[in-house]
This record gives sequence, structure tokens and C-alpha cells, in this order.
Amino acid sequence: MSSEPAALAHHFESIEKQVHAERMGMWLFLATEVLLFTALFAAYGVYRFLYTSAFAEASRGLETWMGGVNTFVLVTSSLTVALGLDAAARGQGRRSAALYAASIGMGLVFMALKAVEYRHHFVHGELPGMYYQGHIPGSGGSLFFALYFLITGLHALHVLIGMTVLGVVAVKSWRGRYSASYHAPVELAGLYWHLVDLIWIFVFPLIYLI
Amino acid sequence: MSPHLDSGAPVYAARNYLNTPATGLRSWLTTLDHKRIGVMFLVAATVAFAIGGFFALLIRLELLTPGPTIMDAMTYNRIFTLHGVVMIFLFMIPAIPSGFGNFMLPIMVGAKDVAFPRLNLLSFYVYLAGAVIALYGMVHGGADTGWTFYTPYSTTTPTKVVPILLGAFVLGFSSILTGLNFIVTTHTLRAKGITWTKLPLFVWSIYATSIIQILATPVLGMTLLLVAVEHAFGWGIFDPARGGDPVLFQHFFWFYSHPAVYIMILPAMAVMSEVVCAFSRKNIFGYKAVAYSSLGIAFVGFFTWGHHLFTSGQSPYDAGVFGVLSMVVGIFTAIKVFNWVATMYRGSISFKTPFIYFVGFLFFLFFGGMTGVALATVSLDIHWQDTYFVVAHFHFIMVGSTMMAFLSALHYWWPKITGRTYDERWGLVAAVFVILGFVFTFLPQFLLGNEGMPRRYFAYPERFWALNVASTAGASVLAIGFVIVLVYLLVALRHGAVAGANPWGSRGYEWLTPSPPPLENFEVVPAFERGPHQYHDEPEAAPAARAAEAGHVE
Repeated sequence: MSSEPAALAHHFESIEKQVHAERMGMWLFLATEVLLFTALFAAYGVYRFLYTSAFAEASRGLETWMGGVNTFVLVTSSLTVALGLDAAARGQGRRSAALYAASIGMGLVFMALKAVEYRHHFVHGELPGMYYQGHIPGSGGSLFFALYFLITGLHALHVLIGMTVLGVVAVKSWRGRYSASYHAPVELAGLYWHLVDLIWIFVFPLIYLI
Repeated sequence: MSPHLDSGAPVYAARNYLNTPATGLRSWLTTLDHKRIGVMFLVAATVAFAIGGFFALLIRLELLTPGPTIMDAMTYNRIFTLHGVVMIFLFMIPAIPSGFGNFMLPIMVGAKDVAFPRLNLLSFYVYLAGAVIALYGMVHGGADTGWTFYTPYSTTTPTKVVPILLGAFVLGFSSILTGLNFIVTTHTLRAKGITWTKLPLFVWSIYATSIIQILATPVLGMTLLLVAVEHAFGWGIFDPARGGDPVLFQHFFWFYSHPAVYIMILPAMAVMSEVVCAFSRKNIFGYKAVAYSSLGIAFVGFFTWGHHLFTSGQSPYDAGVFGVLSMVVGIFTAIKVFNWVATMYRGSISFKTPFIYFVGFLFFLFFGGMTGVALATVSLDIHWQDTYFVVAHFHFIMVGSTMMAFLSALHYWWPKITGRTYDERWGLVAAVFVILGFVFTFLPQFLLGNEGMPRRYFAYPERFWALNVASTAGASVLAIGFVIVLVYLLVALRHGAVAGANPWGSRGYEWLTPSPPPLENFEVVPAFERGPHQYHDEPEAAPAARAAEAGHVE
């Protein structure tokens, strides 16, 4: 995908078709991402069923307020991304870049809070599998934290990738590389960020609330 | 349409994708042309096939005698694991879709390239990276888990299972990228005149394959990653000693790996729908039935994984449901088989090499498919579970059907890809070797399995000796067949006669362009007025003509 507004790839007959193809490719990619997490969610569901009380207890031990704040932060960052796309569609590149930068900032807040939480777990020996030294007897606690670290870790990795993607697009927006007629990369980067946000909306109740 | 397509001596296109824009190695390694990427996939997959085939021969040599023959039991375990991993992840899954699909699909939809050429090249390098990681694991000790990596053994084995798991994980992304590209290409880059019902059936089937690649592969990726994490760090997700559930692994694994069987067979069916029309000189019988049954297989394929768990503590109710759903695949497959046979009926059949392989394919698919339906019957499966009957069944599908289709495609499209023809006489000789060799290798295994010989065992009682010798002898004949194919095709590369644009007289869209095709596939994009399988110009007049002919015969 070239960022040049005029850069229509040689094998497309029109920019509309190219954007249509890019959008479709992105949605298909997002489908694979959903399925990647689905495997972990399914595993979580199975073990929650097998170790109901241990999982409930481990979940109660989490800092729910931190998860809540993080949820708020991520949802808000999706709002600024949506506003940024709107600005790009009006040809306001700098405004779009600023809004995307705000989203990156909120992504950083999210990661910082997550790091504080992780530190908390390390201190209390709430580690996955064979490293588990928490207070929950049996295998439930260690399995909960194995899944906890897998799911939140994979999600955090996606947040990092999302911030990078938003950053690249924001810099290009700032330099005026997009226009009202061609800003597909802004939209696609936004889609990815919304997905990262959406996955967290499933992760939060699953791990913290239920 | 270019004038030189229909008349005169065959022409070797002077400016083609092989020499435009350049011919050097560098121009190949950095190419964005789907045709070159397809050719590179084909070469890589063929190398993988040679490696996997070498392992297969070692397995058969070891089983030549009841006791130890050429290796010890541990080595044997590694060899059959490597055979499975290489053949499935490095050959079967990429060979037809990423190889022939890459080359043909964009031409068949009248496009200049796939939708995302750079992702396409990335897919090839991801494939190479995955292959290198897996090969590293193989060279440094290999794994002894079987290609299914069943837990908890796979998480505790001292062998190098982690690099092989990671290799397979990486290879999955190559598969996803290619599938994504094909779906978007089919949707957005069809030329004017190519409506959905004027798409070649090859495209329909590859499209169905791509859906499976996109939806199932991420789950396998995650699962293999979990096993690798567990093996390396002891996180206990699938380890019963830490409260994990090994059967959950089986569910996850087969959720991908059963649909993956259709990633292997659907492209084979894709090729066959093209070949049967081209060599019967007839329009496909039941175009929509053949096209939609591909989607049907892709859809139902997602709900059959439980038939791998009949003996893993699944409830009888679940087993019954999975058994019935598995049989539905048989119905969709039968729809295709009947339509192919009906296509041949009253066709003007020419028994060229691609068609010989089609006939072989039809028989082996029938055998493999019917034994599949038998295996989906829970009560029968209890008897055959983990025996050579299962091995023979899936080799009939994978080798008997997919391999035949691969060879058929290789011969059918060889003139298009290289611009030259191979020696038809040698083609027929090799086909006889391959088909007979195949029958002698795997038919005895049905009998062995039915008598109770378990799979993956290094030694066996003497009463199984004779059939094992027959199987090994068959494998040798099969190997000779492949060597003959390799030799005459390599000779044809340099010394073959010039093929011309359409040596088979096929109606497929890929034959409307010169051989080898130019850089952007068509010098002038054709109007695509005729269907891709339309061998009679006025289809509405055909029934009347046929009736008149029938009356004449009577």
C-alpha cells in the first residue's frame, strides 16, 4: 500500500477498487486475529468450567479497578481514533495526526497500568504453571495465571503493534501524505486499533468480572 | 484476442514473465509477479516432497523385515514424524494453492496480479523461514511425537520438538497470507465479463480452500504455540500433572488439522475440474453443483474434527454427531465425482498424461473417500483406530488423490508455465509406474490394518511380513515413477518442443494468453465472452443436437 494519493497500484483499474480490496484484506486479517484469541478464550472457558472455584478466587484477587481504568482508557482511545479518521476524511491531516497521537498516549497509559499489575503478580508469586507460588491450592491457580499471562500478554503485544501502526500513520498524516480522497491507511490502522480495543472488551469481563 | 492463438505454428512468446523485466537471480528473489512467486513455491514444494519422500522410503525399508532392519526404534519414531511434518506442512498444504494457485488464479480471473503482491512475496519468505526453522529442528535431533504432536508426550519428550512446532507455526502465516490474497483477488480483481458463475471451477475450489486457511490456521498456530510454551517453560496448559487437559489439545489440534485435510484435497479437486473438461472436450456437467459443493466441504469440514477423538473419552452422543457430519463431506464429494463422470460421458476423451492422472485420482478418491465414510462410523472406527487401515485411508486421499492432482496439474500446465511440451510417451510410462506403485504401496496397508497392525510401530509379528514386503516393493516402484517424471520434465525444460499458447485446445482462460505468459498476464485483456469450460459454442442448441444424434443411433 503506497501512501501517495496518486499511487494507484499497477494492477488495479481505479483507486476505489484498490481501497475496496485493501479494506477487505484488513477485515479478513482481523478475522484471523479474532480466531487466534478465540483459541485462548476457549481454553479459558474449559478450565473455568473444570476449576470453577479456583478461577473465581484467582479472579477476585485481581485489581479490578486497574482493569476498569484500562477499559475506560482503551475505549476512549478508540473514540480519538474514530475522530482522527473523520478528520482525515475531511482532509485535515494534522488534526488527524494529533488525535492518533492522543490514542498512542492512551495506549501508553494502558501499558503502564498493565506493567504495574504484572509487577504485583510477580511480587505475590502469581506466576503461570510450575512457577506458581500463590495461595490457591490445587492446579486451578497456576492454570488461571498461565491463561491470564497468555491472554493479556498476547493482547499487550497487539497494543504495542497497534501503537506502532498508529504512529507510522500519524507521522505520514502530519506530513500531509493523505487527502480527503485517499486516506485508506488511516482507516486500516484505525480498524486494527478498534480490534485491539474490542478484544480487551472481551478480556476484561472474562478475567476480572465473571 | 491475439491472432496467433488460433492458427499457425506454435510460438514461444518472446517477451514473457521469465525474461521480463530481467532474468537474474536477484530479479527472481525480489519479484512481485505472482507467476514467479508461484514457480518459486512449486520448486520449494518439490524439494520438500523429495525430502519427505526420502523419509518415506526409509520408513518402508525399515518395515521390510519384522525386526530391526536399518535403524533403531528411536530413529524410526523421528523418521515417521519428519515424514509427516515435511509432507503436510511443507508440501501438501502449499503445493497446489501457493504454487499452481498463485500462477493460475490471477490469470483465470483476468487480473494482472494478486491483490497484494508484496504480501504474496512475504508469504514465500515466511514459508522459507518456517521451513528453515523446522529443518534446523530436524537436523538437530528431530522430534519423535508424530506430526500430530499429541500432549502430554510432546510437552515432555527430550527431542527437539520446539523448533519444529515453531516452524509449523510460522508456516501457518504463509498459508494465511496466501489465502487472504486469493479471497480478495477473486472478489475485487475479476475482469469485465467474468461473473461469479463464469469463474473457472479451479478458482471456486481454491477460494473455498482459502476460507479454511484463514479461519482454521490461527487456531492451530495458537495451539502449537501453547505446546511450545509448555515444553519450554512448563506452563501446564495441556499437562495433566499440572491440572491441564490433554484432550483439549486434541480438540484444538483437530479443529485446524481436520479442515487442513480439505486444504489438501480441495485444490486437488480444483485441478481435476479443469482437467476433466479439457480432455473430455465437454462443458462441465453441473457447474453450480461442483462450485457450491467446494464451499459445502469447506463449511462442513469445520464441524467434523471430533471424529479423531472417538476413542479419546468423547461422549457417544458427540461421537455420533461428529460421525454423521463427517459423512456429509462424503455427499459433497460424491456430487463432484458424479458430475466429473457425467462430464466424461459422451465427451471426446483424449488419454493424455494429465487425464491418466485424473482417472487415477478418481479411483483413489473413491477408495479413500469410501473408507473415510466407513471410518466415520463409530463402531467400525473402534476396530480400525490407530491401525494401518487409517494410514492407508488418508494416504489414498493425500497421496492417491492430491498427489495425482499435483502431477496432473504439473503436466497440464507445464506448457503454459514453461512454454515447452514434455515427452508424452515418457509421461505415460511414468504415470503407469506412479499409479501401479501407489496401489502396491497402500492397498496392502488396508489389509494390514484390518488384521490389526497398529500404525507407528517399529516392529511387527511375522504374519504381517508378506504384505509389508509388498508395500515396500510398491513404494520403490512409486519412487522410480517420480524419478522418471523429474528427469523428462527437466529435459523438457531445455529441449521440449515449443508449446504455443494452447497446445491442449483448452477453453480455460489461462490458455487465452501466450505461453509463457507476459509480465501482466495478457497483452490485451480478452473479453471473456465464452465460459471457461464451454466447448460447444451454442449450448442451447446442444441438447437438440444430442437428441437428434441419439435418434440416429437408435
